[in-house]
Parts: sequence; structure tokens; C-alpha cells
Amino acid sequence: MNIEIKSGRIVDPVNGKDEIQSLYVSEGKIVAIGKAPEGFLADQVVDASGCVVSPGFIDLCAYLREPGYEYKGTVASETFAAAKGGFTAVCCPPQTLPVNDSEAVTHLILDLARRAGFSKVYPIGALTKGLKGQQLSEVYSLKRAGCVGVGNSGRPVADLNVMKRCCEYAKTHDMSVFVRPEDVSLASDGCVHEGAVATRLGLPGIPALAETVAVSQLILLAEETGAHLHMSQLTAAKSVELVADAKKRGIRITADVSAQHLLLTDVSVSGFDSRFHCLPPFRTEADRLALIEGVNSGVIDAICSQHQPHEAAAKQAPFAESEPGISSIETVLPLLLGLERAATLSMDVLIRSLSVGAANVLGVQGGSLAEGQNADICIFDPNKQWVVNDETIKSSGKSTPWKGEELQGLVKATLVDGCIVYA
Amino acid sequence: MTQSKEPDHLQLNSQGRLRHFLTLDGLDRATLTEILDTADSFIEVGKRSIKNVPLLRGKTVVNLFFEASTRTRSTFELAAKRLSADVLNLNISTSATSKGESLSDTLQNLEAMASDMFVVRHSQSGAPHFIAESVTPNVSIINAGDGRHAHPTQAMLDMLTIRQHKGSFEGLKVAIVGDILHSRVARSQIRALNTLGVSEVRVIAPNTLLPVDIESLGATVYSTMKQGLDGVDVVIMLRLQKERMEGALLPSEHEFYELYGLTTEKLKYAKPDAIVMHPGPINRGVEIESAVADGPQSVILNQVTNGIAVRMAVMSMAMSGQTAAISAAASE
Repeated sequence: MNIEIKSGRIVDPVNGKDEIQSLYVSEGKIVAIGKAPEGFLADQVVDASGCVVSPGFIDLCAYLREPGYEYKGTVASETFAAAKGGFTAVCCPPQTLPVNDSEAVTHLILDLARRAGFSKVYPIGALTKGLKGQQLSEVYSLKRAGCVGVGNSGRPVADLNVMKRCCEYAKTHDMSVFVRPEDVSLASDGCVHEGAVATRLGLPGIPALAETVAVSQLILLAEETGAHLHMSQLTAAKSVELVADAKKRGIRITADVSAQHLLLTDVSVSGFDSRFHCLPPFRTEADRLALIEGVNSGVIDAICSQHQPHEAAAKQAPFAESEPGISSIETVLPLLLGLERAATLSMDVLIRSLSVGAANVLGVQGGSLAEGQNADICIFDPNKQWVVNDETIKSSGKSTPWKGEELQGLVKATLVDGCIVYA
Repeated sequence: MTQSKEPDHLQLNSQGRLRHFLTLDGLDRATLTEILDTADSFIEVGKRSIKNVPLLRGKTVVNLFFEASTRTRSTFELAAKRLSADVLNLNISTSATSKGESLSDTLQNLEAMASDMFVVRHSQSGAPHFIAESVTPNVSIINAGDGRHAHPTQAMLDMLTIRQHKGSFEGLKVAIVGDILHSRVARSQIRALNTLGVSEVRVIAPNTLLPVDIESLGATVYSTMKQGLDGVDVVIMLRLQKERMEGALLPSEHEFYELYGLTTEKLKYAKPDAIVMHPGPINRGVEIESAVADGPQSVILNQVTNGIAVRMAVMSMAMSGQTAAISAAASE
């Protein structure tokens, strides 16, 4: 199968490319940019005029819900949503039922992903059995089955001794440890950022300190054990500072932030609207600006979706009793393009954070449009406007803070290994 | 920037009249004054031999208490009955939801019984707001206390009590003492006092019982009774939950009483004619000395009496706002 992607703005940060060119794909690989290879006959031509052609996006955190929570989403439905969002690969946390702490579950997820055929799936295995924070998972077996890292899926391991052992064991098998930093005792029963909004609404708050204390501990653990620790979904300015300092000292730390945390603050939560119930919580404007600066400076390696599809009933409850998380994989690109239009993020940084940044965290191929690379490609129209609603959102989860709003920026086509999986 | 609507957006109808009563946030001085004036007019009803008026005749009021409260529920029940409504009391914590029914399902069932008003108490902040979002236009929601968020009728009965004793709010200094962190009453009181124009609202508590950035609500923080009570016109004591007197919030009942309990001696820091209030029930010897609770400056029992009048006022105003909203929708 030969595909010509014609006259698009090719943005490839790895190779320093930002120019209008045509790109040629054959047998799943990128074979040329600019001039068609000799004898190339396109089976299909994708007109990319007015569009950006970028490396396919790689998501470091998207809950696919299967197995176990099929009423919220399935591997097929959520990888299709990923493809619609421009993602050619997604990492799924191990919070499934049963928990992904065994080869069997990893195989099942990978098999479901292969059968669906919409995007590549990189499972994160459970760091501890059943995500209970007590006993090590079979990290080696999980790696052999296809997991790209191990993590505790937003449930921090409270016992530091267990966490230390986890880091040591993961290091033994050269597996990355994914952690959403949070001190459980400081976070307590909080559901929003601890600040003026929480005080006014009478909602229990989670102080930024709950995150920064954990970041400090994890940096020390990474330094001590030599394990690669990836900090998922940072929210606090101080965390960015701590990670920057750790990186300067050569500690194996990487970090990501969700797109929505680059857009929203705790003020967004003002009206008890459960669509804004997310963990970790949205923090202050100063935190938001520091996160953006962290992305721009490269201290934060990647931007993820933290996509969490829910059935409608999960959000139909008083704020604190509703389930946290939003359906976000399809809004990442337009939200970030809003920041790009506001000159807050450059197109280069935007693409880098969604592609090669994540690939480097995972140690997988991807994020480059160089000749010979797998043809994992996103083609998007940065000016196309669309309204977020139940019809336009392809995920099974329809809860998003942007429902009813018009966003700018829409994926025109997504290619995985040279196949058009979404158009 | 995308954000959810403020909690007050639901409670006014298109004419700006009360339709639900969820919070004091966003209500202006004129609306609060109207509540107080209406409540004043209902005080007389409680003194009659036949203690009711027909304002809610034929209407069904359901007391939905997801959290136990004898006092508040009783005053709401009495208020509804004095307005001639049919009243149904439901203790939800021991019925539907404990059998696994969702809150939405419970509400739909109650709506199907043609209820006109739900009085809601819930342990979760924002629960009445959620219910108000969910119900049909034929139901009004009155917040009878939600989590740590708001207890607007309690705050308004406190305002009525203050106005009765002080005449107006202008120039008053008011101190609120105790567990501000967990208090929905304090949050509503601070809002009401500022809207009604007092000159200063003070909160007095150790840092462990103060929410972050309480100053943003319009309160000045004091950590000692001597400084905090100095020259105040009103002292509002808050109830302290027994379970909070141990562990990380407070070292002991004894130490709290020594530092923050209102005694005859400490009351002397306030103005000589200062009034002492408490939303009840009182922990004697923990928050307040018996001699003060029962003393000449205490207006605690007035608060209870005023509670019925204020709840009558709010219920009748919300029902009127609901009727107006339905009429307006029908004529469109």
C-alpha cells in the first residue's frame, strides 16, 4: 500500500523540519519527504493542504477500561477515540478488573488492541499485586508479555519500604516505574485543590504539598535505586522546580502533565459541576503557568490526555461522590492548539510533547517522520472548528468540561504503520 | 476560561426571585433583607392560637434528610406545617440509598409522588445543588445543610436574631469562634454578615480548625480570644464535634476549652452589651460555660424560635418563585 500525503505542513521536531512538503508512505514505512521515490505510485492520496503533518501522538496515560469496566469503554472504542484524537499509540494504566498484574491480562489487552486495529497499545503493568501497594508484581513476566513499564495507576504506594523494593526490582529488569506522586495521608479524602475555592465550596481539599512531598521522596528513591521514575500528571509549580533540579543532577526522572491541567485551574470547579472533578485536582493559575513553562523548557517531557471515560451515572452524583476523571483524548489537540494560537506553546513544543517526548519516556520507536521510520502519522487541520458533543466525541465516555463548546483544531487522518485508521 | 457555573446560578428565577435556596453566595442585600422582613412578619403567626397560614396549602414538602438532625428537621417540619403544607419526613440514610438506590433514582421516585419542595440535608457539599440541577421545574430545593458548604437558613435565622437585638448590621463587629474548618454554618454566616454590611467579621480558632484562605471569604483571623473578642458586638460560638477533640486537630477538650471556650471572664473582652449565639446543640463546658449559655447575654433560644419564622419565609418565597417561573415558562 502506497500513500501520498500531499502538500501538508510537515512538523517534525526531531529532525528540525517545519515546511510544506509531500510525504510518501510505502509498506508501513515513511519512504520519502519532498520528492516521491522513483517508480512510486500512490494507491491513495491524502490532500493535506492547510493541514499539519506530524508524528503520530503517543499518550502516556489513557484508561481503556477493558477488561472489567466495559460499561465505561472498551479497548476498541477508546483506541478509536485515540485515533480520532491523533494518537497512534496509547499507554493504558493497569487499573482493570482483574488488575493488569499478570501476563494473561497483558496478553488480553494487546490482543484486543490488535483486533481493533486503531492504535498501538503499550500497557503499563501493575507495580504491586492487585494495586494494593503491598506485594511486588511479577515485573519480569509483565515485561515479557509486553508491558512498557509498571505503575500503581493513580494509587500511590503508601509504604515507602515497599516503594523502595519496587524501584529496586523494576531497576533489575530495566522497567520504568510510573507514579502519580501523592502523599496519601496529606491528600486524605480531598477532591479539589486546597485553596480559596475549596474553602468557599466546603469541599475537602488536597494541598499541593501532597504532591510535592511525594515528588521529593520519589526523586530521592530514584537517586538511591537508580530506577527510572516517571512522574505522571504533575500539577504543582513546586513539583516542576523539584523535577528540574533532579534532572540537572542527572537523576533518571521524567514527567508528564495532562492537557487539561494546562488549561484549567481550581476556579473552574466553582459550581460543583462533576465534569470538573479530576484527580489530581486542578490547581492555581500560578501552578498552571509553571506547568506550561515546564513543558516549554523540557522539564516536563510529555503532555498526556489522562483520558478516563465514564458511564453517565458515574458523574450523576454530588461532586465528591462522583467518579473523578474526564473523557479527554479527543480534546488534547484542540486545547493545545488554543495555547499555540495564544503564543503560549510553539507548534514545535506542542508536537514534541505529544510525540517524541513520550516515545523517549517509554523507550519505544516513534515521534519522528524520518525516512525509514514506521508511518505513524497524524494529519490535522489546525483551523477546523467543531463542537464538542455526544455525537462528535467517539469515546464511550462523554463527560468533558468542554461539552457544548466550539474548539478549533481537528484531526483529518491518522495513520498507524502506514494504514489509515481514522479519516 | 471553561468553568462550571457558580453555585448561585440555579436559585434565582428569570425575574431574580428566589426559586431554590441553596446558598447565600450571589444573593444581594435586598434579597437577604426581604427574607428577614418576611420572617419578621411570620413571627407573629407563632404567637397565635391557630398557628398557621394558607400559603403552602395543597403543596407537598418532603424533608429529605440524608444526615440525621432532629432540631433542623423539626423546625423545617413546623415551618412547613405552619404554612399549611403536607409534610413527608424521610430519613434517607436508613432507607433507599442504603439498599443501593442511587440519589437520582430516589429523587425521581419522590418527584413522581408530585412533591413540590425538597428540604435537603446531606453530608456532601453541593448535594442540594446537584439535586436542584436534576429536578423538574415543579420542585424547589431548600438547603438544610450540605457538607461543609452552606447552611443558609441557619445563617439567616442568626441574622434575624442579630437584627432583633442590634437593630441593624451597620458598624457591627462579629466574632465566630471554634471549628471554622468543618462549619457550613460559619461559611454562610460570613457571607451573610458581609452582604448585610457589618464592619468586621472575625474568626477565632487554632490554625488546625481554619480552612485555607478563609480571609478570601471576608473574615479576619484571630488565634486568641482576648484579641478576637476585643470590642465585638456579637459572639457566635460554633459546635465542636467530639471526635475532633483528639488526634491531629486538637490535643484535648480541656485545652480547647481553656483557650477557646467562652467563659464569663472571656466574654468581658467583648462589648458589655454583646450578644452570645450558638447554633446548637451546645457542648456545655467545651465551647461555652453554662453561666454564659444561660446568662443574660445569651440569645440562643431566640435563635431557635427565629428558625421557624426564617424557614417559613424562605419556603414561601421559593414556592412563589417557582410558581412565577412556571407561569413565565408557560406564557412563552
